[in-house]
Amino acid sequence: MPAKKSHAMLLGSVLLLASSPLMATPSASMLANTCAGCHGTGGNSVGPASPTIAGKSAEYLKDVMAQYKSGERHSTIMGRIAKGYSDEEIALIADYYAGKSFESNAAKQKLDTAKVEAGSKLYKKNCSKCHDENGSLADDDSGILAGQWLPYLQFTMEDFRGGRSEMTKKMKKKVDKLDDEQIEALLQFFASQE
Amino acid sequence: MQKLNRRDFIKVAGTTVAVSTLGFPHIATAASKKVVIVGGGTGGATCAKYIRMADDSIEVTLIEPNKNYYTCYLSNEVLGGARDIDSIKFGYDGLGKHGVKVVHDTVTAIDAAARKVSTKGGQSFSYDRCVVAPGISFSDNIAGYDKAAHEKMPHAWKAGDQTVILRKQLEAMDDGGTVLIAPPPNPFRCPPGPYERACQIANYLKTKKPKSKVLIVDAKDKFSKMKLFKQAFERHYPDHIEWVAAGDTGGGVKSVDAKAGTVQTGDGKTHKAAVYNIIPAQKAGAIAHTAGLADDSGWCPVDHRTFESTIHKGVHVIGDAAIQAPLPKSGYAANSEAKVTAAAIVDLVNGREPGEPSWVNTCYSIVAPKDGISVAMVYNLVDGKVAKVSGSGGLTSLDSPAGDRAREVQYAYSWFNNITHDAFGG
Repeated sequence: MPAKKSHAMLLGSVLLLASSPLMATPSASMLANTCAGCHGTGGNSVGPASPTIAGKSAEYLKDVMAQYKSGERHSTIMGRIAKGYSDEEIALIADYYAGKSFESNAAKQKLDTAKVEAGSKLYKKNCSKCHDENGSLADDDSGILAGQWLPYLQFTMEDFRGGRSEMTKKMKKKVDKLDDEQIEALLQFFASQE
Repeated sequence: MQKLNRRDFIKVAGTTVAVSTLGFPHIATAASKKVVIVGGGTGGATCAKYIRMADDSIEVTLIEPNKNYYTCYLSNEVLGGARDIDSIKFGYDGLGKHGVKVVHDTVTAIDAAARKVSTKGGQSFSYDRCVVAPGISFSDNIAGYDKAAHEKMPHAWKAGDQTVILRKQLEAMDDGGTVLIAPPPNPFRCPPGPYERACQIANYLKTKKPKSKVLIVDAKDKFSKMKLFKQAFERHYPDHIEWVAAGDTGGGVKSVDAKAGTVQTGDGKTHKAAVYNIIPAQKAGAIAHTAGLADDSGWCPVDHRTFESTIHKGVHVIGDAAIQAPLPKSGYAANSEAKVTAAAIVDLVNGREPGEPSWVNTCYSIVAPKDGISVAMVYNLVDGKVAKVSGSGGLTSLDSPAGDRAREVQYAYSWFNNITHDAFGG
């Protein structure tokens, strides 16, 4: 249960704080508000490329930030920013945004209905086991793809396929079998979800 | 009236133990707490909104003379022709939706002892906390650069009319003309701005007036993102941008003759260009000086935990006007400072000790249509001062691939959309 885990993390960081009075940790909202300039107020990005981070599970957000920090996940700017935070601070930020709701950006972007349709079929066959409910479920700890900004999905997938970011073995097996057109269709499908 | 207890508390910082005392004089319990914000740029607008989002029992009045704000950031794309002036124009209806009372008037005095702000229109506003976010004003380091010269040789460093004047001059210029940009000495608003501007104008010239060029006559020998900009100059504009260091001209442009259409550099030489962009040295916005919030440097000293003035208690100064280094004078820093200040004010008016602050700066420069570069940094408070978190931040890599540079342009637009929505959106 991600929610329980994150509470445990929170408690852990409070205890740590108490035991080391020299380093004060900013509050969750203090830390999280600094993200809004690029990721939108409350984590809902108005686009066109910075992803919405609201509503994703804390586990997912912590994982991704750790990957940006280590360079396992390629980025232009996020790695540089992630390195500014301790694991405790990242946990606070993750919990904060996990508590917000993801607003779909589907209606705000131009999508190709034929591609969306093709993507829908590919989704069922290839992605639905891990990216539940059309990629809209935060609790599967695999992000929220439904209604995400398309350029972000495209950049991320380009990095996965180019070997600049690490995919899970399960995902790599599926992705490697799909061609450019199929991948684009899938991403359009995810972006189109209300 | 009920007197609140004076609260003494102990702050532990490093190995020293400091005891500070905060007083909360004359806070009426019946009436709601009042915050007056002077200036409706990125800092002022963000602060107003975030105070209301955190505690909507606080009455927030934002006083700003103009009906619309034009962002300095991305105004260089207006100069280059990639976007329209209206795309960088923002009104205050969004703040109204958050319950911010917006008053269009000019603040003429801030009485920190009486906790009162007065305006040109004869209005007066009492406050528990005042936030001053006046941006910049110009120093007179360039002889002859008077009001009339501003029209003929625009600075375009406060976006709006000035941006439009400069754009029109660029459009009217004959092919083969030189555009002379004179960047200011440090410190100034938007450190990479003059060099991004050179790129944006050169991009326009390269495509529309290829025999023309941009000549940057700098008041400095080095500048923000310098290696990345020099790479951009060579990569995209080898025939269209020339940068001249201060050391080669005796310190850059020292005087202008707007009537003759010439400028003089520190080495005594006279230069003639077709279009000028003269950006003078800067200091805090006018009201900061009138209200006695600035020191001899021309900027406003503040306690970095709360951005409260160290000169006048109860008044906070944020954005470009504050002495915030190592935070830069950027839009993102102003947005970040505004949130730290909003949180501190919400704590202070509710009788709590302000919490630990945290800031971020991210700043993009679009040097060509598909080439964006950035600088980022995370900051925290160390021994009462803003400090860079070691290991964080830094610049776009000089050898980052073309695909990443193109992404940075998309992220720059996302930055713009999100920060303006964060500051002005309903």
